[in-house]
Amino acid sequence: MSLGYWRDSGHAKYGARMYRYDITDKTLVRQRVAQFRDQTQRFLTGALSEDEFKHLRLRNGLYIQRHAPMLRIAIPYGLLSTTQLRTLAGIARNYDRGYGHFTTRQNLQFNWPKLEQVPDILAELAEVEMHAIQTSGNCIRNTTSDHLAGITPDELDDPRPWCEIIRQWSTFHPEFSYLPRKFKIAVTGAPQDRAASLVHDIGVHIVRETPSGELGFEILAGGGLGRTPIIGQVVRKFLPREHLLSYLEAILRVYNLEGRRDNLTKARIKILVRSLGIEEFTRRVEAEWELLRGGGLRVDAAQIERMRSFFNPPAYLTLPNVAPEAGRETAFRAWYRYNTTAHKVPGYRAVYVSLKKPGVAPGDATDVQMDLIADLADRFSFGEVRVTHTQNLLLADVEQSRTYELWQSLERAGLATPNIGTLTDIICCPGLDFCSLANAGSIDVARLINERFDDYDYIYDLGEIDIKMSGCMNACGHHHVGNIGILGVDKGGEEWYQITIGGAAGADASLGTVIGPSVPKAQVAETIERLLEVYVQERDPEERFLDTVRRLGIKPFKERAYAAPIAA
Amino acid sequence: MPRRLLRDAKIVVDEWRYVAEAAADSAAPLIVTLAQWQLEPDTWLARGTPLGVVLSPAHRVELLAPDLRHFALIAAEFSGPSEGRGYTQGRLLREHWNFEGELRATGYVRRDQLFFMARCGFNSFELSDTDIEDAYTAFSTFTAAYQPANDSGLPRRLRTSVPAAGAPI
Repeated sequence: MSLGYWRDSGHAKYGARMYRYDITDKTLVRQRVAQFRDQTQRFLTGALSEDEFKHLRLRNGLYIQRHAPMLRIAIPYGLLSTTQLRTLAGIARNYDRGYGHFTTRQNLQFNWPKLEQVPDILAELAEVEMHAIQTSGNCIRNTTSDHLAGITPDELDDPRPWCEIIRQWSTFHPEFSYLPRKFKIAVTGAPQDRAASLVHDIGVHIVRETPSGELGFEILAGGGLGRTPIIGQVVRKFLPREHLLSYLEAILRVYNLEGRRDNLTKARIKILVRSLGIEEFTRRVEAEWELLRGGGLRVDAAQIERMRSFFNPPAYLTLPNVAPEAGRETAFRAWYRYNTTAHKVPGYRAVYVSLKKPGVAPGDATDVQMDLIADLADRFSFGEVRVTHTQNLLLADVEQSRTYELWQSLERAGLATPNIGTLTDIICCPGLDFCSLANAGSIDVARLINERFDDYDYIYDLGEIDIKMSGCMNACGHHHVGNIGILGVDKGGEEWYQITIGGAAGADASLGTVIGPSVPKAQVAETIERLLEVYVQERDPEERFLDTVRRLGIKPFKERAYAAPIAA
Repeated sequence: MPRRLLRDAKIVVDEWRYVAEAAADSAAPLIVTLAQWQLEPDTWLARGTPLGVVLSPAHRVELLAPDLRHFALIAAEFSGPSEGRGYTQGRLLREHWNFEGELRATGYVRRDQLFFMARCGFNSFELSDTDIEDAYTAFSTFTAAYQPANDSGLPRRLRTSVPAAGAPI
């Protein structure tokens, strides 16, 4: 059996900008397709019971949902080539109903595939170096990262080579494929945390040790959302780079043996960390690590360089910084301000493709839009597209002087809603409309909020604020860490919503506080409007909503929200 | 009916007996539970046959460590389709405690799990009769791997050549 992991001797193709499969990767995804085809066949012929098949399909991103199976496809750390995006568009067109849903973990979900066609979909994905391996089930899921990796000015080091190393180590890990519960890892390389790493089972932060100046990792564990939201805690302040995998293996081993298996709602690593306490948890991890650190998981400098060579910068031109908004219409200026962001290379800008158009389910894109975005990425951004954890897409390397031309194309396709980072850039799970777990609809509520807040002057005046919404306790919409969080609850068969404020997902992550009793669907938008009124009235100059809540506490917000009955 | 199992990639008739099966067969090698072993080790040793022990998912491998030399077989129990502690138990026994005897997977064992079990050091598998005939193919489900592990349960030609994480370089 060949062992072709990160230490393989091959080199990246000259100029590679993302990881490219070698013979080992190709072999593995093809054999996975064959394995899953066989398992599906055995299920369809009755050789596998529904329950037995469930345990197998769940390791391959396949859920049985409200209407049809849902297939979740891995987009490793959110990075897509245009070839891959076109393949996803084709799958949406040929096997689904012409659209897909981008998730908070940078994956893509299809809501209407036919079970018997899933092996064929996986075979098409394998041809473009994609898969659905470990996108569900109690195993290590897709490793996520900063969507501005490699281009953001404040980055210490590019996290993507490490994400790929973790992807490979965690894929078909024989010891950790039947964990107590799902397991999510996020890696960031910049002080500003755009990957919600503090609410992951493991957060890996690239840090520089003082005074040596050596780059390594800070390791956090025990963060998570769901029924019991907890912010991750530091297990190790500084880990030398070559030990990353042995340290992760030590954490996973402690979790696999000691995580609770008697109660699904208490099975995540956060509960183990909390019940042991971070000191005792750390002690056990370190003891295990002593056994592992000298072994075959060491990553040496040559291997790091090799992996780094896959993530070369594109062939940037030498350009001056320009001001493309000058003299342009208001709509473009607003879009440029909100939907583009700084790039470390002069003359370039990163451009968000907003998937938050009012009236469209947040994170959804049609096959036609995906094809168009692929074309635009080829023309404007070196053939690469990224998925953000806020359910938008990003063209990372656009010449500033060409942003107007790009905007015109995006605008025509309904992909230029100038709302990134504002109130209507809502994070949202599929909710009751699709998901069999949900208590309440979430897409509908996003629509009502969009209808209520359609005045962009007001939205811009509110500044940086995010709304995050989940249709149930599982918190796929990250409601706990929304500045405003909305949770769907079932109340006597009706859809009601519990509202929290003061949550944040970044480097200063915090959990929101419930403001009071839940409200019916028709009152959600009005309640939010009242919360915003308090903010507008009480804020200090330049103060964000989050900071006003932190300064004042929830009391004034709560009082206003429930002060007078809301007319139905 | 004699129990068949897959051992070292061959279907064989099991010569081992669990305590409940052993009454009529006092010369057969015997598998006891950890509790039975701890209660009266001398009685079992006095029997003079090879001994094996069953490890439950919740048992720490360290409990066995002082007595490992008495056992020619350790059977890790997989209590259901989502039980995963046995994979770590297997690797610890092989890599940390250098157990070289038969490492058996018992309980909920299906062909779809064999590849991972074998990569964690298991070399024998109690499978249902419907699974056992086809199970051999499971070892070559994948012909490559990303991470070093303990491949001693795989047929020799299918093993990876790099030492496991815990092995000295």
